[in-house]
Amino acid sequence: MTTLLLAEHDNSTVKEGTSRALTAALALGSDVHILVAGKDCAAAAQSASKLAGVATVLHADGDSLAHQLAEPLAALIVSLAPHYDALVAPATAVGKTVMPRVAALLDVMQVSEIVKVVAPNTFERPIYAGNAIETVTSNDAKRVVTVRPAAFPPVAEGPAAPIESIPAPQASTQSSFVGAELTRSTRPELTSARIVVSGGRAFQSAENFRKYLEPLAEKLKAAIGASRAAVDAGYAPNELQVGQTGKVVAPDLYIAVGISGAIQHLAGMKEAKVIVAINKDPEAPIFAIADYGLVGDLYEILPELERAL
Amino acid sequence: MKILVGVKRVVDFNVKIRVKADGSGVDLANVKMAMNPFDEIAIEEALRLKESGIATEVIAVSMGDAAAAETIRAGLAMGADRGILVKAEGRLEPLAVAKALAAVAKKEQPGLVILGKQAIDDDANQTGQMLSALLSWPIATFASKVAVADNAATVTREVDGGHETVRVTLPAVITADLRLNQPRYASLPNIMKAKKKPLEEFAAADLGVDVTPRLTVTKVSEPPGRRAGTRVATVAELVGKLKEAGAL
Repeated sequence: MTTLLLAEHDNSTVKEGTSRALTAALALGSDVHILVAGKDCAAAAQSASKLAGVATVLHADGDSLAHQLAEPLAALIVSLAPHYDALVAPATAVGKTVMPRVAALLDVMQVSEIVKVVAPNTFERPIYAGNAIETVTSNDAKRVVTVRPAAFPPVAEGPAAPIESIPAPQASTQSSFVGAELTRSTRPELTSARIVVSGGRAFQSAENFRKYLEPLAEKLKAAIGASRAAVDAGYAPNELQVGQTGKVVAPDLYIAVGISGAIQHLAGMKEAKVIVAINKDPEAPIFAIADYGLVGDLYEILPELERAL
Repeated sequence: MKILVGVKRVVDFNVKIRVKADGSGVDLANVKMAMNPFDEIAIEEALRLKESGIATEVIAVSMGDAAAAETIRAGLAMGADRGILVKAEGRLEPLAVAKALAAVAKKEQPGLVILGKQAIDDDANQTGQMLSALLSWPIATFASKVAVADNAATVTREVDGGHETVRVTLPAVITADLRLNQPRYASLPNIMKAKKKPLEEFAAADLGVDVTPRLTVTKVSEPPGRRAGTRVATVAELVGKLKEAGAL
């Protein structure tokens, strides 16, 4: 049997989360087909076909799929399900929304946000904000799995796999797209950046958050993240939140500035290779997991750090 | 319009959990329990819809053993009108809970079901989406703003790149994200009043729900730990160490 992987894409290219989830999908041991569902997304299907290890790309294109709404997308995946024994997606906003809907329609219990494939039906996944790791075996006839992208490396580029066009589903009468406010940034994406600089409540204002973090991020070609406290206080937009309920990142270098280190924040970044903590409170819990800790005033340290790089 | 809100009893979010030495699970003996924080936000949103005249009744539903009634009472103390407890023992998976909620929704015919986006114990993030599928209703996950008018809900959602707004026809399922609202505290008089509010109980089997788990948990372990590294005194020393480690 075969595994179906739902691609995360922006209609022109597949996101890196797809490539990382493909590593997990291939670990299930079967051929992997990638579903690229969207509107005018032929280019994304092309980019999916070049991910090493993909057997076939299914390309569904139509108005009903333009905004990845859960209802038509789940209907499409369910219609393909008889040909597959595992249905996989990266645990992104789209994957997290659509896959449980697919699972329930198939009467399958989903395994969420796996971080390791132990066997084709056995997985490790974090629970309690990453404070425990659960090993679970699925006893269902099919497996529905979401993959935490940060836990798997991306695949290399490979020879182009064949692309097969399939019909788009009917639009839902129950749900429609109204609009989106998406942040455009020239910086790398938070979840796939090699370096992340993250700010907390210590910045005291949105102006300071930008004024002190952006030059450093620019210099390091880093993505910017934020703690929940900084987002709740309005210093940073929600899509920058790193943590249990925000984004989970595993960069080579994570620089936490003015972040105390609440459990729920650590859940989102403790898999980083190297962690630097800059905080004026020497007792801040973030220092307990940081490889390098610097106690001091961020308003002095950040400009100095930027100059030193 | 009735609103059904799912509430789950979980380990209080301030508690640092301990994994049992034999790897069989997380030690829940004598641990402080509380309502899942996202479910408090769901209750709050339902109460606000009632206070603004859109909803007529807020029903708090939970599934679990007798102790889950405490969590329903906490919802009633916040202001929900009545409670429903679907009794079941043992480990309950989101699919089983979604089936129980679907059975309750078929009896109660709410216009809206609001759930927390995920529970802070199993971090599954599934129940609302599954419920919407079982009822053939639309779903709006990760809500940061909800407006109900003309038999539809316009929901602003927190998505990976920012915000997205969708419109779903009612009845619908909405899952609450962190910034939807700031839940109220229950006042002492309301806690007293909550004790007298009606709380109905059903057995899961009476609702035709099979709660047999589909997943077998074979092991629960501590995550690999991280140790504190070194403290550096100056920015220059920090940059030096990072270069040495190949991180820059």
